[in-house]
Amino acid sequence: MAEPRLVVNGRTRELGEVGGHVTLLEWLRASGLTGAKEGCAEGECGACAVLVAREDGGERNRTRWVAINACLVLAAAFDQQEVVTAEGLGRPGRLHPVQREMAARGGSQCGYCTPGFICSMAAEYYRPGRRPAAFGPNGPGASGGPNGSSPGDEEHGPNGFDLHALSGNLCRCTGYRPIRDAAYALGQPDADDPLLARLAEPAPAAAVTVTGGTSGSARGRYVRLASLADALGLLAAEPDARLVAGSTDWGVELNIRHARAALTIGIERIQELREFSVSADRIDIGAALSLSEIEALLASGSGRVPLLDELFPQFASRLIRNGATLGGNLGTASPIGDAPPALLALDASLVLASSQGEREVRLDGYFTGYRQSVKRPDELIKTIRIPRPVAPVTAFHKIAKRRFDDISSVAVAYALRLDGGMGGAGQADETGEPRVAAIRIGLGGVAATPLRARAAEDALTGRPWTREVVEAAAEELARVGTPMSDHRASEAYRIAMLRNSLLKFFAQHQFAQHQFAQDQFAEHQFAEHREVRP
Amino acid sequence: MSELADRPERAVVGLAVSHESAEEHVTGTALYTQDLAGRTLGTLHAWPVQAPYAHARVTGLRTEAAYQVPGVVRVLTADDVPGLNDAGEKHDEPLFPGEVMYHGHAVCWVLGETLEAARQGAAAVEASYEPLPALITVHDAIKAGSYQGHQRTVSRGDAAAALERAAYRFSGELEIGGQEHFYLETQAALALVDESGQIFVQSSTQHPSETQDIVAHVLGLPAHQVTVQCLRMGGGFGGKEFQPHGLAAVAALGATLTGRPVSLRLNRTQDITMTGKRHPFFATWEAGFDEDKRLCALRATLTSNGGWSLDLSEPVLARALCHIDNAYWIGDIEVTGRVAKTNRASNTAFRGFGGPQGMIVVEEILGRCAPALGVEPHELRRRNFYAPGQVTPYGQPVRHAERLEAIWSLLAERSEFGRRQAEVAAFNAAHPDVKRGLAITPVKFGISFNLTAFNQAGALVQVYKDGSVLINHGGTEMGQGLHTKMIQVAATALGVPMHLVRLAPTRTDKVPNTSATAASSGSDLNGGAIKDACDQIRVRLATVAAGQLGVHPGDVRFAGGMITGIGIGLGSGLGGRQIAWADLVRDAYFQRVQLWAAGFYRTAGLHWDAERMQGEPFKYFAYGAAAAEAEVDGFTGAYRLRRADIVHDVGDSLSPLIDLGQIEGGFVQGVGWLTLEELRWEETDGPHRGRLNTQAASTYKIPSFSEMPPVFNVHLFEQATETGVVYGSKAVGEPPLMEAFSVREALRQAVGAFGPPGWSVSLACPSTPEAVYWAVQAARDAARAGEQADAPAAYAGV
Repeated sequence: MAEPRLVVNGRTRELGEVGGHVTLLEWLRASGLTGAKEGCAEGECGACAVLVAREDGGERNRTRWVAINACLVLAAAFDQQEVVTAEGLGRPGRLHPVQREMAARGGSQCGYCTPGFICSMAAEYYRPGRRPAAFGPNGPGASGGPNGSSPGDEEHGPNGFDLHALSGNLCRCTGYRPIRDAAYALGQPDADDPLLARLAEPAPAAAVTVTGGTSGSARGRYVRLASLADALGLLAAEPDARLVAGSTDWGVELNIRHARAALTIGIERIQELREFSVSADRIDIGAALSLSEIEALLASGSGRVPLLDELFPQFASRLIRNGATLGGNLGTASPIGDAPPALLALDASLVLASSQGEREVRLDGYFTGYRQSVKRPDELIKTIRIPRPVAPVTAFHKIAKRRFDDISSVAVAYALRLDGGMGGAGQADETGEPRVAAIRIGLGGVAATPLRARAAEDALTGRPWTREVVEAAAEELARVGTPMSDHRASEAYRIAMLRNSLLKFFAQHQFAQHQFAQDQFAEHQFAEHREVRP
Repeated sequence: MSELADRPERAVVGLAVSHESAEEHVTGTALYTQDLAGRTLGTLHAWPVQAPYAHARVTGLRTEAAYQVPGVVRVLTADDVPGLNDAGEKHDEPLFPGEVMYHGHAVCWVLGETLEAARQGAAAVEASYEPLPALITVHDAIKAGSYQGHQRTVSRGDAAAALERAAYRFSGELEIGGQEHFYLETQAALALVDESGQIFVQSSTQHPSETQDIVAHVLGLPAHQVTVQCLRMGGGFGGKEFQPHGLAAVAALGATLTGRPVSLRLNRTQDITMTGKRHPFFATWEAGFDEDKRLCALRATLTSNGGWSLDLSEPVLARALCHIDNAYWIGDIEVTGRVAKTNRASNTAFRGFGGPQGMIVVEEILGRCAPALGVEPHELRRRNFYAPGQVTPYGQPVRHAERLEAIWSLLAERSEFGRRQAEVAAFNAAHPDVKRGLAITPVKFGISFNLTAFNQAGALVQVYKDGSVLINHGGTEMGQGLHTKMIQVAATALGVPMHLVRLAPTRTDKVPNTSATAASSGSDLNGGAIKDACDQIRVRLATVAAGQLGVHPGDVRFAGGMITGIGIGLGSGLGGRQIAWADLVRDAYFQRVQLWAAGFYRTAGLHWDAERMQGEPFKYFAYGAAAAEAEVDGFTGAYRLRRADIVHDVGDSLSPLIDLGQIEGGFVQGVGWLTLEELRWEETDGPHRGRLNTQAASTYKIPSFSEMPPVFNVHLFEQATETGVVYGSKAVGEPPLMEAFSVREALRQAVGAFGPPGWSVSLACPSTPEAVYWAVQAARDAARAGEQADAPAAYAGV
């Protein structure tokens, strides 16, 4: 085991005996690197964003610069890792291209959020595959809503910059337009750019780390072991240990609720938890892969899951998705996580591992109560398993105040297979209407656990896919769960959103089939508007 | 005072330059108050003990257990205060309270070697309380008759009689939400006792002089014993005009008692629960329109929720009362305002300072009444504009009222308003589940502090022997670009390139008795003071130069770092005699000419009778207008802003890139207030009564990229010289926020499209997706029921 250290802005620094409670942000600031700021301490504002060198999900012998919230992660998790802060990208008089564009275009006013924006923007600047081709109505940002509304292509620049890269950064001063323009003005990195050159080398390997001394230390112990077997062995011996992967939930507990764990086990680099495979009958997703990695793996391979494609851009922010894992989102068993509704609709199951062995449980039998599940304290989630083929007609409806980076008041996921019509392989029935062969509806935010809307599913299954049938099923959907009134939404609104979600899903599907021409008209209109932009 | 507004040739003002700290911002090297703590040896950290009641008597405070926590150095309580135990100027705001007045009120502070030790120490303090009944909402206070400060009325003519005469009468109520500042940098102070024994406080404050005053009175010291410095703020927006003082005083008290530097930085949860916000208002109104659909009568009552102490609630209310007219002539008017006293954090200044809460009332009236009057909202607004020569209800002539019409026409043209109206109508006809709205609204905003005395400023300009220039002024930098503009003003006034001018952080020992950097007035006031100081130096240097150039001192010209005489420039036949700035400065030094000056500025011509609410409190008005298009999803109430166009009057811009940023940023911040940002308080009688339930970035959502209009065009109104203001410019900080009314009105129109023709939309504020959804439902229900226009009125036209 090497001395705990990390490389910051190209310089090796001793990590010291940081224990299990010190965040990377605290460590950096205590080291005199005050560029990264605390704005909210819960991964919402991005003022703390830094770049870290991570394995490239597509090509594992290469590196990617990934931006994360330094306020949420433990410093100990960065033993032997490489970190770059805004100070490391450039300095006054010798600005990095990202810094130059931001400074010249009025992208900073008070400047407090700026170093975080710089890091998020730099990660996207260096993203392999960022190409001008991504621009346009058919780019990945495009998402036609019902009736041709909501054109999404304003979220990609002519240089291929995906504005969602900045979805986890808040600015209170500028109104964002100059920041967007700075992002969209970026060219490609120079060939001799050292951070570009770094991408061609493998990412730093995961270190075996033990820090914080013996049990009982006020600093808390942080341990990362080499293999899954070692980690499960430690977990069996100390089942009260806190398992941490992306730390996007635990970091909030640590900072906001001041939770402290005697022992924290870092699992996000354990290879067995980072497997990804697609076969004819299923997709296996390692529980410790970040959502961004899953996004890239699904996009690059044969195992496309349109429902997840729709989910990911709505799931928190890019900064969070760069750390957050499906294992974590399911492990907390939160009723308002956004992954469970989608995975319920996809009929996913989980492989739970312990030192006793492995078992597979279906997700719809996994949740047992508010933040509770069938997972034993000595178990961890190893794999998320999605059966194939996936349903052809899907949607993820997230009801929230803000479109980027908000928590759902209600989330509804659909996976529908029709017989006849566009959505299915079979023939329409004698009425000419397609028939619902199968539908799964996953819900979040309406009960103590995520759940399936079985009554609504039953009201649709085997019946014609018509407005009358859908309206009757929507009434069933409106009766699911026990929605509450809170600061996000009222009970009445949540119920109305359940009902309307199915009506909207139907309208979206009808629209996709019948109103394509209007969609194109709307895109055309939108393109005209773009031309008047200064 | 036209000299103040005149621009010399080759002026540095007017150039589009980046923020003076932009390179430091983007490289993470710009320092903020909290960044200094790590550079200061032996710093202690402070953590508050926050009471879990909205209203309670503190019956006991036992600190022994806190001292058992390793690393705890000192617990600060009321007994430690040597001076006045008050965080404000009105003796209603005890710094260490014996009575808890809001949920989260800090009853004492713990100092620790580390923040963690201080936190654990605070958790160990045993505080006991006797809970008392608490008033949370403005309606609680109205019911209980709980008010504070003065009740004020702005009136002209006879509103009651005019309402009787009106051809059309309407009435209504409006709840106006508050707004958390959510400056990215939370409140922070670092205090120490320096080598000369003075108290030196670094504070993230918009009002260093007042921070100094309050630190001094808490410590029982004269002001000259206390120096406050503000490096820069990571956002202020009014939230650091009054709120920083008590926190700085706690840090300073800790420093004096322990002899060690004390850092006090609120984390986000503490900041959002302990500091005041934009005042929520409750408005009731009665409006009358004449036969020509002109707003001829208005009677209204505005009740603001001031929270537990007065803070700035009275001037905020005064500005609300002075802005209820916005851009419209209202002949007979009577508007009364009062401040409710409740058990919440004390509400305070926020960009617009009550102006938005006043103006939204008239925009609500016009937006709601237009359908009932059968007039397009944009036409109704235009018809009611002030005409040149008319006077506000408080007696101030509306100078440049013609700009309203000029801006409106220009905006209609630039935003292609007519064509897009037709497009929106066609879209709405074709889409049953999605509707669009396009609205245009004006802004007229009075510039100057209502309180005349605050309209003064000072500056210190020093020219060194090498020709470099150092400027100080009383204003603070919070991102608004004030320092950038001030460097441009100094460079212009001295005729030197910008790089020769450096601006040092704001300090009370350089420029004393300053006013808050607030009321959008920072550039007007401090720019005037800097120019005054520079002019003094330039006049002295001109005498030196005149001798060398052989011209009269009045004919010496300074530009671009070179000094010439009239008619003897480079190309002239007189040999192109000129003197380099650095040479002239050096010569002047040897001639024993004073190379520094203190500058002063007072805004001329202001007067204000605060009791009668009459006078001319404003130097001038800033004008603007915005056109916004929004799209509403009928299934969910979710909406997107599709496009925004703004034409705004900044006079002759001092710094166009800076002004553009203020306009865009203010607009989006206004959009946040009106549509997205929702403060939710626990109003039930349960154990958490009075708690703020949206106390984090995860629950209180400020605008993100998703709220930025994808098409966003801002145009600075041209040929707009404001005589009597530094280099012909106008203030810009606050007015654009209110251009966001166009978005709320666009939403109203989109919602109206779901209803029957002439449907008057009642829309909650903030107009969150849920609020919009319920408004859509009401409109659809009416359409289904075949209802006709439902006036927003208890009684309809006569």
